[in-house]
Amino acid sequence: MGMVSGDCRRLHSLPRYYGYYVAMLTALPAILLLALWISLDQSLITHLVMASLPQSMQPLPPSEQSLLINDIRNLATGNITSGEISPALQAAADHYRHLMHLSRLLLPTALFLLAIGGIALGLKVIHPDRRARPAVERVIRWGLILSASIAILTTLGIVLSVLFEALRFFQKVPLADFLFGLEWSPQIAIREDQVGASGAFGVIPLFAGTLLIATIALSVAVPIGLLSAIYLAEFATPRVRTWVKPLLEILAGIPTVVYGFFAALVVAPLVRAAGESIGLEVSSESALAAGLVMGIMLIPFISSLSDDVINAVPGAMWDGSLAMGATHAETIFRVIVPAALPGIVGGVLLAASRAIGETMIVVMAAGVGANLTANPLESVTTITVQIVTLLVGDQEFDSPKTLAAFALGLVLFIATLLLNVLALYVVRRYREAYD
Amino acid sequence: MTKRSDIRAAVERGLSRRRRRDRLVRRLGLGAILLGLGFLAFMFFSIIGMGYSAFWQTRIQLPVELDPAAIDPERTHDPAVLRNADYAGLIKQALRKRFPQIKKRKEKRKLYQLVSSGAAYALQAMVLQNPALIGSTPGLWLTANDDVDVWFKHPETSGKRLNDQQKAWLEELHAKGELKKFFNLDFFRNGDSREPEQAGILGALMGSFYTILVTLGLSLPLGIAAAVYLEEFAPKNRWTDFIEVNINNLAAVPSIVFGLLGLAVFINFFGLPRSAPLVGGLVLTLMTLPTIIIASRAALKSVPPSIREAALGVGASRMQTLFHHVLPLAMPGMLTGTIIGMAQALGETAPLLMIGMVAFIVDVPRGILDPATVLPVQIHLWADSPERAFLEKTAAAIMVLLAFLVLMNLAAIWLRRKFEKRW
Amino acid sequence: MSVIDAGIRPDGARDARETDATVGKPFLEKKVTLRARNVNVFYGEKQALFDVSIDIGKHEVTAFIGPSGCGKSTFLRCFNRMNDTIDSCRVRGEILLDDEDIHDPKMDVVPLRARVGMVFQKPNPFPKSIYENIAYGPRLHGLVSGKSELDALVEKSLSRAGLWNEVKERLDEPGTGLSGGQQQRLCIARAIAINPEVILMDEPCSALDPIATARVEELIDELRRKYTIVMVTHSMQQAARVSQRTAYFHLGRLIEVDKTDRIFTNPSHELTEAYITGRFG
Repeated sequence: MGMVSGDCRRLHSLPRYYGYYVAMLTALPAILLLALWISLDQSLITHLVMASLPQSMQPLPPSEQSLLINDIRNLATGNITSGEISPALQAAADHYRHLMHLSRLLLPTALFLLAIGGIALGLKVIHPDRRARPAVERVIRWGLILSASIAILTTLGIVLSVLFEALRFFQKVPLADFLFGLEWSPQIAIREDQVGASGAFGVIPLFAGTLLIATIALSVAVPIGLLSAIYLAEFATPRVRTWVKPLLEILAGIPTVVYGFFAALVVAPLVRAAGESIGLEVSSESALAAGLVMGIMLIPFISSLSDDVINAVPGAMWDGSLAMGATHAETIFRVIVPAALPGIVGGVLLAASRAIGETMIVVMAAGVGANLTANPLESVTTITVQIVTLLVGDQEFDSPKTLAAFALGLVLFIATLLLNVLALYVVRRYREAYD
Repeated sequence: MTKRSDIRAAVERGLSRRRRRDRLVRRLGLGAILLGLGFLAFMFFSIIGMGYSAFWQTRIQLPVELDPAAIDPERTHDPAVLRNADYAGLIKQALRKRFPQIKKRKEKRKLYQLVSSGAAYALQAMVLQNPALIGSTPGLWLTANDDVDVWFKHPETSGKRLNDQQKAWLEELHAKGELKKFFNLDFFRNGDSREPEQAGILGALMGSFYTILVTLGLSLPLGIAAAVYLEEFAPKNRWTDFIEVNINNLAAVPSIVFGLLGLAVFINFFGLPRSAPLVGGLVLTLMTLPTIIIASRAALKSVPPSIREAALGVGASRMQTLFHHVLPLAMPGMLTGTIIGMAQALGETAPLLMIGMVAFIVDVPRGILDPATVLPVQIHLWADSPERAFLEKTAAAIMVLLAFLVLMNLAAIWLRRKFEKRW
Repeated sequence: MSVIDAGIRPDGARDARETDATVGKPFLEKKVTLRARNVNVFYGEKQALFDVSIDIGKHEVTAFIGPSGCGKSTFLRCFNRMNDTIDSCRVRGEILLDDEDIHDPKMDVVPLRARVGMVFQKPNPFPKSIYENIAYGPRLHGLVSGKSELDALVEKSLSRAGLWNEVKERLDEPGTGLSGGQQQRLCIARAIAINPEVILMDEPCSALDPIATARVEELIDELRRKYTIVMVTHSMQQAARVSQRTAYFHLGRLIEVDKTDRIFTNPSHELTEAYITGRFG
């Protein structure tokens, strides 16, 4: 400000943008360094320590190596180690501790220096002519672009992580066995010599179970959702509509774990009791109970999507049909539903994608035994249940059992992606027809 | 058939059938709605019916003699000494005194079972807080065991785990007013426990709090920034189209797949700690971002172009227009979307199972790196527990979770109503 | 009953004070299809029509003209009770179709609308094939038994609407694929497929280009021989070209009804004169 002797108008940008500019120069490099440091120092130090180990301990298989690193770390922080402490190990631990200490000391110093440098540079470069605002705005803009790209990074992360692990799985289990195998029993032996150590990874029973439950769910949700939407769109008074629509949508806001609890502890016993009263044997983890409750969960999906597409059919269609002397029901089933059909189909596809990806209801109310059956009264398992079963609890990251979960994840991701793309395509085509 | 009289006759003939069909469709529609709402009501009532009793806790009144010889023989008042005293023994002694007629060892063991093992810790805490109590014999209300609790709350449906003798003792206590229900504070101030009568939701609540904190802290700025870029700055090209398609597809990817991502990337690749709210928050951020971005874009779209043009017209830069005019106007809509996204995140379970937030954790987490679980996962864990007493805890935890969700949704509705503007 | 007074007023009376009374000849002695008496229409609290009384003559075209928002479309929609579809709309008064009160609780709208057809401002063919569009009404009301009978009826309706030669090769193509004028004639063909007594037309040419408009106007003139037609139009030239009687509406009131040539050459009311000479509207 002094440079223009108090005359703000001679500045290129508003005074505070010069402040922002300096602050940015000060903070950004320091923050970058901090992020780099924190993400890298562990692995760097570990690497250095491992390199300093005596030759005898050098080339190690990865699993033992990680065990060794753990030991060193534990030793360095004063915890209990898993094995005996050899002098070499002790030395390595000391080395590790030393490096950690150094890192702790160096980091603030480096940050401080960098910040000072930033301030100095900033103060040096700001002039009244300096285009400070555009510079600040450029940085903000890059920040915005970065944020927008997170979505892509996420997709990429999903695809890469799931694909990578799945490929490792297919190295151990052939793809054909996985896709066409009729038996699923992922029990891998803990010891090499155990009986039945191979395990079976045939995914067909899981597909069948998933489809069975999804079919039950959709056959509950589609009629109820569609009829509700039709009633709300045409028969209900505006008053009823304003109350009932949000009430139905509550069903979509309830966490799935609550549905799972309801399915396992209320609906499943009811279904069982009802079955037994007419002499049917019903499993306590029947596909029917899980499917029914999932259907309830999907009602608002179908109803609000159908409601949208029914309302998107131009009012002129209604008028045209009613003026011909059609009743409301005739108008709905002969004009509106055929016209809205692509949109409704899109909604059903989206609901189907939800149904096969739904996890908690089936984890809590369906079985874990892979059962190849079409009987809704028996217990079946689904892809999502198996992913959870395989990954919850202690597991080794390299065993086919764990990797199988990623292969299942890949299958699930591809299936839901295809359904979604198809649904969005159908809905968009439908929208274009009326725009 | 072209004669008008014939046509009229034909129309009249079919009329009653067509009207009947019309009424049938109307009734089916109404039936479908009532069915949907009926399911909703049934679910709420069955959960409340199962869960309301968990907000009460059964306690037994016992005069516990705080014998100085047993607690602090040297009168040091040293916390270390006080901490190590045998409080369980004191309670057993008090029980023996209350029922002097019981002599057999086996029966005594049955008697001891009536009081929760947690009562000793409560007694310890009390003495540590107020050492002056040593030497007195206060009449304390001690938490009863879960079997007693369940039997006392639902005498007709349970009690298989208590024998007739125990029931007789309890009846006696009840008749004398020494067995009562109190408001269950422990449910709100304890972490998880293997003993149902001691299990509480505080650990899970704090876990949820930290997880949502991380989610909010990341997804709010990222989501708004992404929406602003896509809506205000992005050129219409392949790259931004690609981003759009990605966002729409991500919104429909099953949540469990995000869990797999979290496990493979955050835990195995970056080496972040398992079970930590930090990782949970990261995974939920990725999950809720599409929701927030879509809502925020809608909010930005609803700001009329005239306001942008007015600001640009007086010489503001695009950034200035954005920060001074557009963002403040779009903020309520963005916040509404964020609250709804947070409500989704709060109720999410499946991806958190993948990153190890299912561990049995007794301690209440104190930060985003402590191992923790969250409320929905706690519900899942308790729902899997075999003890009858966990059933009401599960339902009660669901009630608490739903209460939070209702509050968040009400906040969103309030925000929308308050700032709803029509241009 | 000022309206009745207005009815017996001698021709040509000019009386600016009597704006809520109708001048001209609202009532006819014979060959009446529709009689409206004291019709009042309300949208919620707002009144859209005030005491409208008029007779619609058989086999002639009656045109409703007037500035926007004068209630002419609202009044037209009273004749087949299309106003029932608007929740806030209430209709008071009496409308007789061949001496039956169409607002009688015993009167069902389905047969009423089979007798009183309607063509809308914007062509609204259903998103079905041309054939299915025409077959919609006959199928609905069960007027045909068998495919050949239906085929004949479709051909007849399309021919009557002057569309058969244009579409006979592509009956299976969607009706929405036709041009605007063809779509509107398709809608007319759809309406006459059930052979109604009255056809209501709500600005049938406002969305069409001049050539298409001319064709539809010709069609209306032909249809007059078999049907009673009531049309709302924005265009005074159109009213002059196709109608036999014209009614002028102003702010929810029926100002003047008379033979079309009389209205356009020698209007009785100064509001009518102001409108047709283009001083407002």
